[in-house]
Amino acid sequence: MFKDITIGQYYQTESLLHSLDPRVKIVGTLAYIISLFVVDSFAGYLVCALFLIVMIRLSNVPVGYIVRGMRAILILLLITMAFNLFLTPGETLVKFGFLKITKQGLAFAVKMAIRLSLLVIGSSLMTLTTTPNQLTDAIESLLNPLKRLRVPVHEIAMMMSIALRFIPILMEETDKIMKAQIARGADFESKNLIKKIQSLVPLLVPLFISAFRRANDLAMAMEARCYRGGAGRTKMKPLVYQGRDQGAYFILLAYFCICVALRLLPLPFLV
Amino acid sequence: MTDTAEVTGLTDETELTGLSDTGELAGLTVTAERKWTAMGITLENVSYVYEQGTAMQTAALQGISLEIPDNQFIGLIGHTGSGKSTLVQLLNGLLRPTSGRVLYNGKDIHEDGFDKKALRANVGLVFQYPEHQLFEVDVLSDVMYGPKNLGLDEATCKKRAIQALENVGMKEKYFKTSPFDLSGGQKRRAAIAGVLAMNPRILILDEPTAGLDPRGRDEILGLISEMKQKLSMTIILVSHSMDDVARYVERIVVMGHGKKVFDDTPRNVFKHYIELEDLGLSAPQITYIMNTLRDYGMDVHTDALTVEEAAAEILRAAKRQP
Ligand SMILES: Nc1ncnc2c1ncn2[C@@H]1O[C@H](COP(=O)(O)OP(=O)(O)O)[C@@H](O)[C@H]1O
Ligand SMILES: [Mg+2]
Repeated sequence: MFKDITIGQYYQTESLLHSLDPRVKIVGTLAYIISLFVVDSFAGYLVCALFLIVMIRLSNVPVGYIVRGMRAILILLLITMAFNLFLTPGETLVKFGFLKITKQGLAFAVKMAIRLSLLVIGSSLMTLTTTPNQLTDAIESLLNPLKRLRVPVHEIAMMMSIALRFIPILMEETDKIMKAQIARGADFESKNLIKKIQSLVPLLVPLFISAFRRANDLAMAMEARCYRGGAGRTKMKPLVYQGRDQGAYFILLAYFCICVALRLLPLPFLV
Repeated sequence: MTDTAEVTGLTDETELTGLSDTGELAGLTVTAERKWTAMGITLENVSYVYEQGTAMQTAALQGISLEIPDNQFIGLIGHTGSGKSTLVQLLNGLLRPTSGRVLYNGKDIHEDGFDKKALRANVGLVFQYPEHQLFEVDVLSDVMYGPKNLGLDEATCKKRAIQALENVGMKEKYFKTSPFDLSGGQKRRAAIAGVLAMNPRILILDEPTAGLDPRGRDEILGLISEMKQKLSMTIILVSHSMDDVARYVERIVVMGHGKKVFDDTPRNVFKHYIELEDLGLSAPQITYIMNTLRDYGMDVHTDALTVEEAAAEILRAAKRQP
């Protein structure tokens, strides 16, 4: 059941997107997220969506796999839509008692839904095509200038990489413990809220114990190999930009300019 | 390799007759009746694929047909990754086969309206490293968790839990200690008791000796075979080591690369010790000794399972020789 959540997971395959420098992908994802907030017309969202579709095609990740990951945020999406739909003031379209749907509310709710979906798919595309190790390497390299300000960049990157590494492990562990308790008659599908919370105890207690045990083992193993933090540490695979990475930066820049232009130019046909 | 239907006919009596020198299968006539009563678990051409439709797709099991009758001691052997753990999770309905059917007492367990909870009480599964599932404040309450989930009243749960703890040889002074204060071997016993307290008719233990020292291993294996004798239920002992199971079980199912390779009495399976090596397994050490003796020209039968049997056979051969 946890296997259904694809957000934050790496999808192993070969593609242009997989082979890009992770720094490009982080910067690109940030630019994409910002672009979603720059544009505010349906035409603008169309451009954003098209860009994303091309990226998905370039990533070789099956569309079905990405869409399945969206199920995890479906509820969040619906709640956001409901709030925007009913609570935006403006021209009334329909009225149910004290609730009313306004024209502005409808437009805003649809835009929010599109924005949120694109945001989630866009950022999960980054994690789907980049291993956690690459990600943290890239973050460490991008944050490097902050070292001058005595920000512990290496330590932050190391903590992130450990946390990311532990996500699949803990998911697997949860799956295992859950199955073991189901084999002892546990019922995790009860509709009753109190029962549901009670049924979590046999899951969470073993899970925490196992997380602490693993953390302890890892600390021991790092110490045994004389880990001393980042000073003087070199990389086995240093990040070096290739030609295609520069090309990717150029495309990103072009895309971003189009988004800004769509916002600034008063084109009459844009809603 | 014999087919499943024949092996199903193997009962305790067969094990006794099986001790004769020939090691041939007796009891083929029982087969037909057994099939019709259809007690226990039946797998019909079951396959299982993990993460179907993704790049990580793994075919863990392919076309497995298997009968698990009542009251039999079965060893399920295979190299790491051969699909043993996947197979046992299919047996109590934790996983749903990608294709094929799983029947319990003749009924498809994935049909609508089938009582899965009752199935899980009847088919108890002890996972690998079962001590990782302990969570209660004391050992007794932890063992009572299973029976409680079955909706039994407090007194019955307690009675069953105490019984189960006694059956795994847990001393009463530990009943009220925290399970996390126990030693490794004791924890494992407590966890096994947690499943035993549900009174299963079929008990499956997935690598119950993993991570134990040789002494703990022998203790757990001894305990399991004791339980088999005392509680007359089917026990499926999963292991990657033939030496672990050879002396205890009456039937061995060998898995290799997601397929069932052998399903027969230990004696007959060990005759294939060369093929077993290709699967990353080995016959018990005793089989190698006897085969080596025979290669050196000693007139011994090579199907001894234990050191005692081997010693008797060697003495007998020595007497026969001039
Ligand atoms: N949760 C899982 N997700 C994906 N693949 C799995 C999972 N569990 C097992 N597998 C794969 O299925 C195959 C059989 O594994 P398993 O049944 O655990 O074998 P065994 O218990 O004999 O070691 C292996 O190739 C393993 O990598
Ligand atoms: Mg296993």
